[in-house]
Amino acid sequence: MDGQKRDSRATNKKPQMKADSENTILVDGERIDLRNRALAALLAWLVPGAGHFYQRRYAKSILFLVCILSAWVLGFALGGGHVVYASWVPGDKRWHYVLQAGMGGAALPALIQANLIKKATDPKTGVTSDDYEPYWGGFMAPPLRPVRESEADEVSAWYARRGAGYEMGTWYTVIAGLLNILVIYDAYGGPLSVPISGRKKESGDKPKDENSEKAAT
Amino acid sequence: MLPISPSYLLYYLPLIIAIALVFGGTRHENTKLIVQHALQTGRWITGFMGIIFIVVCILNWLL
Repeated sequence: MDGQKRDSRATNKKPQMKADSENTILVDGERIDLRNRALAALLAWLVPGAGHFYQRRYAKSILFLVCILSAWVLGFALGGGHVVYASWVPGDKRWHYVLQAGMGGAALPALIQANLIKKATDPKTGVTSDDYEPYWGGFMAPPLRPVRESEADEVSAWYARRGAGYEMGTWYTVIAGLLNILVIYDAYGGPLSVPISGRKKESGDKPKDENSEKAAT
Repeated sequence: MLPISPSYLLYYLPLIIAIALVFGGTRHENTKLIVQHALQTGRWITGFMGIIFIVVCILNWLL
């Protein structure tokens, strides 16, 4: 069914990718066995490039691992190690984490830390108890409660310490998470289609190839 | 002209390299095509950002 969809799409536009069977696709003249797609997607989410490694697409696996992990680590370093944390309390709704979570395994410690601080915070007063101690020296731990924009708190201290690096670090890690979502899709369903702009140019360059491919389908 | 140090622009480099290569990698399987696509993406994003930069500079100069 999935293969039929791909073929019909290919006849309407440039047939960049054709399905051979349910799990084998032909892209750029290369036959790719996607193996267990769901498992590949899960692996890709846990570790960038792991899904491609499982599918024996080694070059892409290394490419994704290096690119995405570099952006993630660099962002982490720029932000002083405090740019990734999960928090959804008044004054500190960290929506960035939703996007950073695309990194899977690398972002999971933040959830453990969030659960720990939740237990250590009084739900009525919203104040973290004095005996609270985060795991792993505060790695991916949310700031102490309460967090109020009008007052000096731990978040403002992080900003003050890192300056623009905190913002940049946040964006680096957010972008790494978003890029990994593309990689997860690639592991699950193969390469995305080429954008329309690129397709026009290619068809202009190679009209004969396109026709022959259409005829083949 | 810039309210920040030009060295801040260096933050852009690793990011554009990562984005362009991942974009290329998720659209092709052939290494040569991946690199070609990455160069195209990098050029496009840089051009787009450049235009925005010029517009902002002009607005800054006018206002």
